[in-house]
Amino acid sequence: MNALRTLVSPRGAVFLLLIVLLVTVTILNPTFAEPGQFMRYIQRVAPVAIIAIGQYFVIIAGEFDLSQGSLITAQVIIAGNLVGQDDSRTVPVLLLMLVFGALVGLVNGLLTTLLQVPSFIVTLGMMLALLGGVMWWTGGAATGNPADSFRQIGRGGIRDLPLIDFLPWSVLILAGWLALGIWLTKRPYGKVLIALGDNARATRYAGARSWWITTRAFIISSVSATVSGVLLVGYAGVHPSVGRGYEFIAITAVVLGGVVLGGGRGWIVAAVAGAFVLEALFLVLNISGVPSSLRDAVQGVIIIAAVAYSGVVFRARRRTTPATASPDQGKGPDAPERTGAHTSAPRPALTPEGVAETRGD
Amino acid sequence: MRRSMTIATAAVALIGVFALAGCTTDPTVTPPAPSDSDPGPSQPGEAPANEWFDQALFDTQDAQRDVAPEGPADQPYLQYINAEMVDTAEYASDGAKKACFANASISNPWRQTGWITMNQQLKVLQESGAISEMETRDAQDSDDTQIADIDYFIEEGGCDVFIISPNSTAAMTPAVERACETGKPVIVFDRGVNTDCPVTFIHPIGGFAWGIDTAEFLIERLSPGDKVVGLRILPGVDVLEQRWAAAEKLFAEAGIDAVDYFTGADPAEIKSIISDELAKGEVKGIWMDAGDGAVAAIEAFEDAGLDYPVMTGEDEMSFLRKWKDTGLTGLAPVYSNFQWRTPLLAAQKIFAGEEIPKEWVLPQSPITAEELDAYLTANEGMPDGHYAKFGGENLPGFPEVWQQRQIP
Repeated sequence: MNALRTLVSPRGAVFLLLIVLLVTVTILNPTFAEPGQFMRYIQRVAPVAIIAIGQYFVIIAGEFDLSQGSLITAQVIIAGNLVGQDDSRTVPVLLLMLVFGALVGLVNGLLTTLLQVPSFIVTLGMMLALLGGVMWWTGGAATGNPADSFRQIGRGGIRDLPLIDFLPWSVLILAGWLALGIWLTKRPYGKVLIALGDNARATRYAGARSWWITTRAFIISSVSATVSGVLLVGYAGVHPSVGRGYEFIAITAVVLGGVVLGGGRGWIVAAVAGAFVLEALFLVLNISGVPSSLRDAVQGVIIIAAVAYSGVVFRARRRTTPATASPDQGKGPDAPERTGAHTSAPRPALTPEGVAETRGD
Repeated sequence: MRRSMTIATAAVALIGVFALAGCTTDPTVTPPAPSDSDPGPSQPGEAPANEWFDQALFDTQDAQRDVAPEGPADQPYLQYINAEMVDTAEYASDGAKKACFANASISNPWRQTGWITMNQQLKVLQESGAISEMETRDAQDSDDTQIADIDYFIEEGGCDVFIISPNSTAAMTPAVERACETGKPVIVFDRGVNTDCPVTFIHPIGGFAWGIDTAEFLIERLSPGDKVVGLRILPGVDVLEQRWAAAEKLFAEAGIDAVDYFTGADPAEIKSIISDELAKGEVKGIWMDAGDGAVAAIEAFEDAGLDYPVMTGEDEMSFLRKWKDTGLTGLAPVYSNFQWRTPLLAAQKIFAGEEIPKEWVLPQSPITAEELDAYLTANEGMPDGHYAKFGGENLPGFPEVWQQRQIP
């Protein structure tokens, strides 16, 4: 019963939607329920989920990172052009990409914090700079796919396993990245980051070195985009269109997961669930045979409906629960967050509703 | 109680939205604007309700596929099909001329390849003294920008000849007419406009021919009831829509079960789409309206551990190489990239007062399995986004300029 209530609550909305979509897929196409197929579905979600994790850290701090998508594009092209057909270059290029990713994040962060340029503009500029750089470097045509050893990271996995048949490396990387993310949100760093997104001035008065904390969030985001790029090189191959629009997919996933734009509230697992929802939606549209010209519209309507749903429920509860808490207040709405929430304590159970009004905007 | 009521209402509303979204799959809800470029009645009747289909144009292009082109055999960019020649003596004049080129965009590998070729052609004509310079404005896929570009050329470009690669048909027509009114020669190529005022309109046979070539190839090798997945770049562009309109009609007539998707040429999306189709059931054929991203489609079959499909891609190097590696049954239709050389050569002919075709239909023949090796050898070292029939082998800078993608 409690679990059910959780699902209808706004924080659970994304999980409810995910279940609805996955059940729909399974009804339309029963083979989807086979473990092998399901693993492939997670493999497909992994790049999106990983950038959603990165975007979560930036959004929770009250900022945006619009450069994720073009950073993926840049990294994919770097992999294609520098690795070439030489297997021995796989590891050095991988390290170079991680350094490059961290550097992009550092620049984004420092421009935002030290020069006080809004992150929306900084990362928009970075997006254009990276795209332009890629265009200039390649003349619009990538040389080709890199060596297979590099592509195995995103394409291969452990085969012939009992029960699940095929375990893609992407799934393991996603699991690891998510575990790392959850751990980070429970660390003091994660708590200060949330506090900073909630009330930057108060947090600064409390003695936080806000510039370095926010900058690190941008580095996490850019490194996440890099990891996502590595997976996409394997999954899709090298092409200048890989990564296009991913920053908005990541932001949509995070918002679907109930994270408040503007910062201060949100659960990392729900943000990842948002990424799963977006891919499941894509899957449903593929399998149900919606005409190609209608797909974007259907997708948009469902996303708006999902976000609006959680907004409506939020407001409804706010009206019915006056300032004094009803006994079940802490349980119903916040239950899914409980696992992660007991450490991020400074939040009284009641306040989240106040911010929810802005969410549908 | 009130809370649960609200939640219930919201849930019902959400389901309603789902249902609504499902209901509007009626194809009549999405009328794509019919292409104005194709005058002539479209045939209503038993044909599928694809508004891009144009029976007259379909028949014309179908016939043109079998016509042996006239012109120099080793220079396909100077060949023409069923041409009605026009006299250009009125434009004949000596000296180097300034060309003004209003380009729609260089936003995809096909246009980038052509743009490189065009610039190398320009160098040849500059050396021979036919063209003094070419001023280019790139409209970056925007109608408004291109109209402004053309008006700029008319007002203060000091142009001797206008070369226009229109961004879209209807929107660009008035601007092209204004250029014609200057009395200077106007050359239009690639996409068309709704006026015959330009001296010449240069284009390969067209989208219907592409659709016929590819659909016939697949139908010949498949049986009725087999499934073909159509991967399309984007809706609403006439040259692309006509490819699918022709293929869709032929598939329907042959009893082939064809579904289509828009992919934006994003390989991640292509791979996911094919994987989902493979999870649903057997896919026997892949049809593409452009070869960009073909490799991801093929890899989806590899990753699922299935046999390769019969497939039509394009003369893009990535597809040709993968085709060779896998040995699949394939065809590479061609939207002749060498057409980017023709406009400048046409300008040279116009100023020399030579006859040129009013509608300059360039040959457009697919690369078959027998020709594959030859094209792979000829284009060795080119990047994946290069087009095999780019037609610049006899230009200066070959092959380095194309290998390095030196975009001016």
